Amino acid sequence: MSTREYMLGNVAIARGIVEGGGQVISGYPGTPSSEIIGTLAGMKERDFYVEWSVNEKVALEVAAGAAMTGVRSVVTMKHVGLNVAADPLLTLAYTGVKGSMIIIVADDPSCHSSQNEQDTRRYSQFSLIPCLDPCTPQEAKDMIPYAFEFSNKVQMPVIFRPTTRISHGKSDVELGPVNETRPAAEFVKELERWVMVPKNARVQHPHLLELQKDILNELENSPWNSLELSDGAKVGVIASGIASVYAKEAIIKQGINASFLKIGTYPVPENKIRTLMENSERIIIFEEMEPVVEEQVRIIAQETGSNVEVIGKLQGPVPRIYELNTDICSDVLADVLELERPDVPAEVAEDFDYDRCRIDLPMRPPVMCPGCSHRSTFHVMKKVYGKDAIFPSDIGCYTLGIQSGTVDTTLCMGGSITVASGMYQAGEKKPICCSIGDSTFFHTGMNGLLNAIYNKADITVTIVDNRITAMTGHQPNPGMGKLVTGEETSEVDLEALCKGLGAGFVETADPYDLKQTEEVFKRAKEYKGTSVVITEQLCVIDAKRSGIRRTPFTIDAEKCTGCRLCVNLGCPAIEFDTNTRKASINAMCTGCGVCAALCKFDAITEVKK
Amino acid sequence: MSSEGISKFDLVIAGVGGQGTILASDIIGKAAVKGNMSVRAAETHGMAQRGGSVVNHIRLGCELGSMIPMKGADVLLALEPSEALRYLEFLSDDGTIIVNTDPILPVTVTSGLCTYPDVDAIISKLEETHKVKAFNATELAKEAGHPQSMNVVMVGAVSNYLPISVDTMLECVKELVPPKTIDINAKAFEMGRNIAQE
Ligand code: SF4
Ligand code: SF4
Repeated sequence: MSTREYMLGNVAIARGIVEGGGQVISGYPGTPSSEIIGTLAGMKERDFYVEWSVNEKVALEVAAGAAMTGVRSVVTMKHVGLNVAADPLLTLAYTGVKGSMIIIVADDPSCHSSQNEQDTRRYSQFSLIPCLDPCTPQEAKDMIPYAFEFSNKVQMPVIFRPTTRISHGKSDVELGPVNETRPAAEFVKELERWVMVPKNARVQHPHLLELQKDILNELENSPWNSLELSDGAKVGVIASGIASVYAKEAIIKQGINASFLKIGTYPVPENKIRTLMENSERIIIFEEMEPVVEEQVRIIAQETGSNVEVIGKLQGPVPRIYELNTDICSDVLADVLELERPDVPAEVAEDFDYDRCRIDLPMRPPVMCPGCSHRSTFHVMKKVYGKDAIFPSDIGCYTLGIQSGTVDTTLCMGGSITVASGMYQAGEKKPICCSIGDSTFFHTGMNGLLNAIYNKADITVTIVDNRITAMTGHQPNPGMGKLVTGEETSEVDLEALCKGLGAGFVETADPYDLKQTEEVFKRAKEYKGTSVVITEQLCVIDAKRSGIRRTPFTIDAEKCTGCRLCVNLGCPAIEFDTNTRKASINAMCTGCGVCAALCKFDAITEVKK
Repeated sequence: MSSEGISKFDLVIAGVGGQGTILASDIIGKAAVKGNMSVRAAETHGMAQRGGSVVNHIRLGCELGSMIPMKGADVLLALEPSEALRYLEFLSDDGTIIVNTDPILPVTVTSGLCTYPDVDAIISKLEETHKVKAFNATELAKEAGHPQSMNVVMVGAVSNYLPISVDTMLECVKELVPPKTIDINAKAFEMGRNIAQE
């Protein structure tokens, strides 16, 4: 029987966790990392514990606690999530773990779905926690059981850093055997190790530094680093993680004779770098995002007095922004080695000239779904607070409300309420109404709300509650009363929670009911102090999945005057014919009825059966 | 074109979030593994999924990265006409375009911000530089039983070009579509395969 399967990178990583015998897995959803926990939770026979935590700091602490008892734990998140978890991370480096712990942090070069493109390897350097950087979904899977073993051996957590093209890439993956041993949890009191009071921390820091030598020695000879010296080659190429497959392809394509060092671990394999240096006149380095490897290579060159020429990102020509690809690698190689330039230089790809086609293509930005309740919340919000009001927002589906004119800021998870407070405290006189999703509110919004209320910020906080974490692929959260496994649990009462934090004004509205929502917002605006409006309506995708069917709407062309009021709502199901100057509704309508309430001419009605 | 030692066949699938590009690419990827070929694929997730423009890359017989270089693809499979133009830069000069002529208007068009180009103009533009197989796959899917099978019609069409046996392809279609829709999709696959042969 073949053990080769076609799978998503994140599914391969989940498989790696099973093969390595993971016992406690926690995380917070974030593209491109989310499917790892989703896959594990969906497995029928499960002999591990899996949870969605409320944020990354909490998730990391859950996994750390588990690893302190001697079991194998994993925490998953995206790169920006590690900022949230940075506090425990840096101290966890001091305590280390007793069992094994893998910190999976998915990076997103080019910001495919992120607010910045930070490089997690910097956290590895900063915290002195080793890091593994896979180049294919297969390697990603294979690295996980290794990481468990390695973590246990050095008694340290290990960072595992896939990038978008690994996490969301697909490939044939050869499966391996499943580790059936399950160490039992047993916490052993060791105050010097687990209690980081200054006295103990002072001792742990030199220990952590001491440990780096062992870590380096172990990783240097691991299968993730490999050096191929090529006869007569004057050029050495170093590539790490996914950049190594791009670089390899570029080298093959252009038939270049080069020695090749593939790096998959940090700290980097110093001996292999030295050997390559001794055998090359020039070294070209490809790595995704920051010049982490390059800096190390330059340091080693200086230490050894080598006069090898180091070419990478610091002085160019490898770009330090966006993601790499084969074309960029080809282009750089051609440039440096003065080869004939490849067919299509990378710059062409950068700004592909659509005029070349002499046809203007309409933009196709991602939009909120037809019938999405956030759209009507934003519509009413803008109406009540006015165009000149300030609308700080947050991270989730509702960020797409940027097209509705109600997303003025997006800083980070939970940043909407705090930014709104700051603006008010600065003396801003315009009305301020911020928006935050249910999951984001549980993540880090609650603290912001508590702070706003306590410090008397006169703002309105809108919790757009679609009863799910929709943007990252519909993960449950504490508002739903459901665990990741589908099991029922206590459901948070948002209103009671906000009141508990001290809010004097908390009201819930149904955003499909424009009139009611408008009244609630008006009262909230009047209220002096921090007011909370909860607009609650199921995510349309989730509603459809749970079998809710609404009758779609249609527009009577006779009655339509072409006033465009409904069109301006921005629902993808409403079209406007510029010739006939009439609006119409297409097959995407989910029957929310919001546009019907807007039309002053009663032209929009339910489709008659 | 895909090159020796790197990949046997490079395919780009372009479309709009919600059209089923991922399922189309999964059918091909799974079929490749059944046909004992290594395969790499990359897809658009997250933000862009919600009605945005999406593109998938599939490389058959490839051990390296999933991203097809510029002008590298053997075939561009476009589930929507304007999306064919948008990703044309990935197609090699002697590559083929298989395109569904049924347009999906983006909100920028329905709300009057942009205009949608004439579909015939798009097709003749594509024909100026490349071999083109253009047909209304959505209509064919309706004939087969459901407009949602449009992606499988397109998979049928591209099956004429892939280094994978038709039987394996059809087997994977049946494995991956919802059980209730197997007959409709098998028919959709055949219809797509036939129309692209003409
Ligand atoms: S009822 Fe109107 S607003 Fe709601 S989904 Fe249908 S067309 Fe869009
Ligand atoms: S709001 Fe009513 S009258 Fe105005 S364009 Fe829409 S359907 Fe026509």
